[in-house]
Amino acid sequence: MADLSVSIGGLRLANPLIAASGCFGYGVEYADAVDLSTLGGVAVKGLFLAPREGHAPPRIVETPSGMLNAIGLQGIGVHRFIDEKLPDLRRRGAVVLVNICGTTLDEYVELARILSDAEGVHALELNISCPNIKEGGITFGCSLPGTHAVVSAVRKATRLPVIPKLTPNVTDVASFARAAEEAGADAISLVNTFLAMAIDVETRRPKLTNIVGGLSGPAIRPIAVRMVYECRQAVTIPIIGMGGIACADDVLEFMIAGASAVQVGTANFVDPFIWDKLLHGLRAYMQRHALERISDLTGTVDTARKQTAWISS
Amino acid sequence: MPLDIDAAVLSNRRLSDDYSVLALAAPAIAAAARPGQFVMLKTSRGMDPLLRRPFSIFEVLRDAHGAPSGITILNKRIGKGTALLYEVEPGARLECLGPLGRPFEPVDPPAEAWMVAGGVGLAPFVTLSEALIARGTAPTLFYGARRAADLHCADLFERLGVTIVYATEDGSRGATGFITAPLGAALDAAPASLDLRLYVCGPTPMMRAVAALAAAHRRRCDVSLEQVMGCGMGGCYSCVVPARDAGGPPHHTRSCIDGPVFDAARIVWEALAH
Repeated sequence: MADLSVSIGGLRLANPLIAASGCFGYGVEYADAVDLSTLGGVAVKGLFLAPREGHAPPRIVETPSGMLNAIGLQGIGVHRFIDEKLPDLRRRGAVVLVNICGTTLDEYVELARILSDAEGVHALELNISCPNIKEGGITFGCSLPGTHAVVSAVRKATRLPVIPKLTPNVTDVASFARAAEEAGADAISLVNTFLAMAIDVETRRPKLTNIVGGLSGPAIRPIAVRMVYECRQAVTIPIIGMGGIACADDVLEFMIAGASAVQVGTANFVDPFIWDKLLHGLRAYMQRHALERISDLTGTVDTARKQTAWISS
Repeated sequence: MPLDIDAAVLSNRRLSDDYSVLALAAPAIAAAARPGQFVMLKTSRGMDPLLRRPFSIFEVLRDAHGAPSGITILNKRIGKGTALLYEVEPGARLECLGPLGRPFEPVDPPAEAWMVAGGVGLAPFVTLSEALIARGTAPTLFYGARRAADLHCADLFERLGVTIVYATEDGSRGATGFITAPLGAALDAAPASLDLRLYVCGPTPMMRAVAALAAAHRRRCDVSLEQVMGCGMGGCYSCVVPARDAGGPPHHTRSCIDGPVFDAARIVWEALAH
């Protein structure tokens, strides 16, 4: 029997497939279509302490093999999440990663304390990478001292696994991975979306109300794979890879590049029944390659150069 | 629970240079569909366009024994995805997810049902008419378009015995101007004792105007809102509309799972982008 289980910072997941934050509501929206307990985990929509209304529509626009979004972190706030959504997730046996966002260090710490006391939360994913809101979040994620500060502050406030979600909108993502590791992160997840823009040439107006938004989908996958590969060289903590995964081969590519688990986001919009297809594809690959444990695949990319030169000098 | 069916295209009847009626073999979706619900259609096999598009279920098709066999959608060519659907030929397959969304609530007699449609907003009213008629409620359709040639598929409603009131902007059929003129006159003439519900789908300015008329006449009005949708399942939060509940502050609510059918009185019309 193929062993699909993986470990992320002390957290055991039944398989490496996690629903990506911001792409799966609070999980309960999909409970009719998907048995949430069959997923490796569910990263719920980013939560602040207080509810937020987000940006005015249009909030998404399609681009080749991808989409831009500027939702603006609309959300019900942590208290309503704990009261209204978490019991349902718990009952359904979901492994819950709560994505938290703050405008200040204290807000991250407060969120971590509140969620540490809530039954049914398995890990905290620190959103320090949303490109769509000006205040907080990204200001931590785009500065090495900021990343270090927020991760160590949350680390001290909780026993839950702490997983900062990194932005790709920096020059050297590996240095941010190192800062997170040094600050005590149990794992890192990457990448969040790429800051991007689309303009209607007829009206000369941006297609998003927010003017700019985050690019996701298959268009970004090769860049995300490269970033996971770079981070794998830089840190020893587990990596949750994401960015445009749309089929089992994409999952495998991220794992071979260095990810211990993956998140799937945009592809779930296109196909909410994708999870079984991905698992089926992973099992078929493991059988084809006589692979007993999928976790053995992590970081196995073979970069040894072939020595047969075409032209001898 | 929504189903995802790789549905064969049975036919694609072009009504004009822009409109077509696309029939899909999707028995399980047809059997589960309720009036006002929608499907998310993938318009290509590849990644451009990447996302599915929402479409009201226009008709439920039945086989010779009366069993649900498929659905149709009323497609209007607007962008890349709808252009692909306009061109699609029988035999092709399209991934079809549904049925989705909060349906219309058909009223029972002695209540009357007035449906108000503009352009492609006609789409949810065939199935609503059938549901109303099945309950013994005789529906009336107020149907507006730019010109007579754009008043597609009225024959479907005539066949069902629906009373139709037309308006065209150029006066080529029915009242001249917007559909709100004959609708307003009918509302003025309706006795206060008449139990009446309005059902509206069309361009946002039209829905807003009808919502205002309904409010002025203290009539319950349900609108089916059409928004850009990413997933149709409540996952992405792209399709929000501004709503107000029980005197509370305006908030964004998802039209895919809280709608697409809303009590018009909940909608903050001045904020709704169009």
